[in-house]
Amino acid sequence: MDLLKTNAAPKKNLVLYFQVHQPKRLSNLRFFDIGASHPVYYNDMDREIIERVSHENYLPTNKLLLKLIKKNPEIRLSFSLSGVIMEQLERYAPEVLLSFRQLAETGAVEFLSETYYHSLACMLPGKEFEIQVLKHAEKLYQHFGVRPSVFRNTELIYNDEIGKKISRLGYLGVITDGVERVLQGRTPNHVFQHPEQENLKILLRNYRLSDDIAFRFSSEGKILTSDKYLSWLNGLPSHEEVITLGMDYETFGEHQKKETGIFKFLEEILTKLAKSNTFQLMTPSQAVIATKAQSILNVPYFISWADQERDLSAWLGNEMQRDAFDTLQALEFDVKNTNDPAILETWRNLQTSDHLYYMSTKKGGDGTVHNYFSPYPSPYEAFINYMNVLTDFTMRVKIAKAGNTVFHDTHPAKAEVERQVQAVGTRMTMLSTH
Amino acid sequence: MRVLMFGWEFPPHISGGLGTACHGLTNSLSQENIDVLFVVPKLHGGESAERTSFINASDVPIEREGSIERYVSRTAVDAETRKNLYQVIRKNDRIRQIEVPSSLSPYRSPSFGESSSDIEHWNYPIGSEARDTTPKRMTQLDEHTSTEEKVIEKKNIVASYKFSGSYGPNLLEEVRRYAQVGAEIASKFEFDVIHAHDWMTYLAGIAAKKVSGKPLVVHVHATEYDRSGEQVDTQVRAIEQQGMAEADCVVTVSNWTKKITVTKYNIAEEKVQVVHNGIIPKIPSAKLFSPPPVGSHIVTFLGRITHQKGPLYFVEAARKVLDRIPDAHFVVAGSGDLLPLMIERIAQLRMSSHFHFTGFLRGKDIDKVWSMSNVYVMPSVSEPFGIAPLEAIQAGVPVIISNQSGVAEVMPHAIKVDFWDTHELAAAICSVLRYKSLSMTLAANSAKEIEEITWDSAAKKLTQLYHGLTENQRCA
Repeated sequence: MDLLKTNAAPKKNLVLYFQVHQPKRLSNLRFFDIGASHPVYYNDMDREIIERVSHENYLPTNKLLLKLIKKNPEIRLSFSLSGVIMEQLERYAPEVLLSFRQLAETGAVEFLSETYYHSLACMLPGKEFEIQVLKHAEKLYQHFGVRPSVFRNTELIYNDEIGKKISRLGYLGVITDGVERVLQGRTPNHVFQHPEQENLKILLRNYRLSDDIAFRFSSEGKILTSDKYLSWLNGLPSHEEVITLGMDYETFGEHQKKETGIFKFLEEILTKLAKSNTFQLMTPSQAVIATKAQSILNVPYFISWADQERDLSAWLGNEMQRDAFDTLQALEFDVKNTNDPAILETWRNLQTSDHLYYMSTKKGGDGTVHNYFSPYPSPYEAFINYMNVLTDFTMRVKIAKAGNTVFHDTHPAKAEVERQVQAVGTRMTMLSTH
Repeated sequence: MRVLMFGWEFPPHISGGLGTACHGLTNSLSQENIDVLFVVPKLHGGESAERTSFINASDVPIEREGSIERYVSRTAVDAETRKNLYQVIRKNDRIRQIEVPSSLSPYRSPSFGESSSDIEHWNYPIGSEARDTTPKRMTQLDEHTSTEEKVIEKKNIVASYKFSGSYGPNLLEEVRRYAQVGAEIASKFEFDVIHAHDWMTYLAGIAAKKVSGKPLVVHVHATEYDRSGEQVDTQVRAIEQQGMAEADCVVTVSNWTKKITVTKYNIAEEKVQVVHNGIIPKIPSAKLFSPPPVGSHIVTFLGRITHQKGPLYFVEAARKVLDRIPDAHFVVAGSGDLLPLMIERIAQLRMSSHFHFTGFLRGKDIDKVWSMSNVYVMPSVSEPFGIAPLEAIQAGVPVIISNQSGVAEVMPHAIKVDFWDTHELAAAICSVLRYKSLSMTLAANSAKEIEEITWDSAAKKLTQLYHGLTENQRCA
């Protein structure tokens, strides 16, 4: 048996990761509500969504995966849970966290690193990005007792600079999207390496094969079968040794409803892959450790997995989005000077990419996807509401800052008195010594 | 003297200034010994005015296959069409109400195809309280309907035309149905003059004139050129043209609008009379509002966000204001088809954190906006009259208005600039914000000024016109 195995062609590695995220939605703040101590978050909506998605997606899928892993110990997969969804699960659906913990305990599941707030912190100067990455790692450890070693940024936003920052934090690998303009004719189905950070390996999501499940599983009445999908995987050239598939976890039961047969598909494909002679399921960290980098990947500009453009335009593509984000960014100094943890927390939650995503004015297919996710009737309503929240928040920051200023104003005066007293004392000492 | 008046809305259920104007006019006409028979597309309950009868056109049966051509064409109307087909639903002293259901609105050209929810209700306080008491008032009215007349149905008649209740391809069809109703009503009531308010009612006015032979006054509160600039809807324009041409007298709300009827519609100057709008006096309510939620230099734009109101000039001026007064804030109260463009331009100029959008407002929320505003700006590109500045002044807010607005003609004490001159506009805003003495003087003098701008004087002028038409067949 062993002899036979070594003689056979090496198995292809398949990395599977699921994105689990829900933003903390903002309350509907009318103009007249500004400054009226309204809550920032729309907790009722969050609760409703978390309860629905838990029921339709998280719980049944976790249960299915747990069953499959027990049956097929070869299964390996990974999750990326944002900090903000872990918070919401704590509040509204702790049983979901428990089921993730059960998955973690199988040892077959890896948890990826990301920014706590699923934010655009990578766009901010200074150490904000690193702070949010480390905060997320803490949260992961708190819930699952593990430390992540592979990073994936919000919506797979990536460039060389982000790679550098991640490598300096000690991560071994990073996942981003297999965008043609950085691949330049190469296949995404390899392990790549950062141009400067030799220790940082890069996994590229095969977005075609991923979207075949996430977006095209059921289209025009036809559904994708596991056999068909497996035949596509088998059709990949033999030298392409690592295939990375990534998608929203909500694909299973939420975006693709139960009735489409998505759960059956998941069960079949995982079982077949686990038993396959040509494929081996791997977690991302296994893949970056076990596989040698084939080539260097230069990413001088931002890429992401969003929209046709696969750049930042889903969040910062129009003037509204840029002005809103600039306004938020400009508050950083004041926010941090308040030394108020609640204010800092709100500022960071306002960085969550979803808020800006809702303001996109793209048309066509991408526009439809933006609308699907948005709780607002139009990007303009999303923008107005965000700006109302931001204006209200700015006032809180100003009030907190004023409070601090009063404190500092009295303080230096006191210090001045003390300094003079001391000076007098010192002179007296000097006088007495002479 | 009795006037058959075709309107589109009447308080408390209104979409804008037209209903308010009709309310002010009919109330003041009653003091001139004029009875008004007021037809509206739909009565919502709660409408009332002295010596005014309301006719609910929803209840006026019309022929399903009926054509309006025989009413609005130049041929005479045969006796057979003068049928007894109306239903008087409310009779209160000499007051009758007739209603024509419709989805039309005077504030948009139909080509926009938008829903009526896009039209804001900012001119008249429609409180929920008012609506709550409606059923009660209806009951009281019903008690007075002992003299209610019966509907006489004919076989080729359906009860009433089912209007769509929204904008759409049926728009002109609905205007024509309204004209049919106008003819039916004209054949059944005694009156001396016909008075039609704005383009949706012109065909009804013409039909009524053909049927009755009475003189027709068309009242131009706005033209298609005001609403849409040079991109006029040709069908709406054609109806306006026909209305003004067939009218014995054209009334405009300002010299500004008179000029448009003369130059764009080729109406003889002698046939056009200016009757400025008035404003219903209002005792300023006690300050009900806490300090403004944003900053203390608040510049307000209140109105529909459409080409006519010049919102983009406001934005350009705001940028120049912010360069000099960085803590100025701009409140935009209203909605409309230019909102997206406005927001995008504001964002492009990086002013989003200084602009605050309230959406469309009514009642107390408008009072709140006034109470926090330091200056109100109306940079209208073409404003037939413009009642909002007068309301701002009533609330104690100084105003800056464009020279291209009718209201400028009756307000010597407002600051006036050309809408396109954003530099001047910005300078004016800065001055009012910076110099409190200027702001206070403007507010005080304007408040005195508007005491003279009344519906009573408008009604006096109209009464003269009615008499001129009935006694001398002259529009003077």
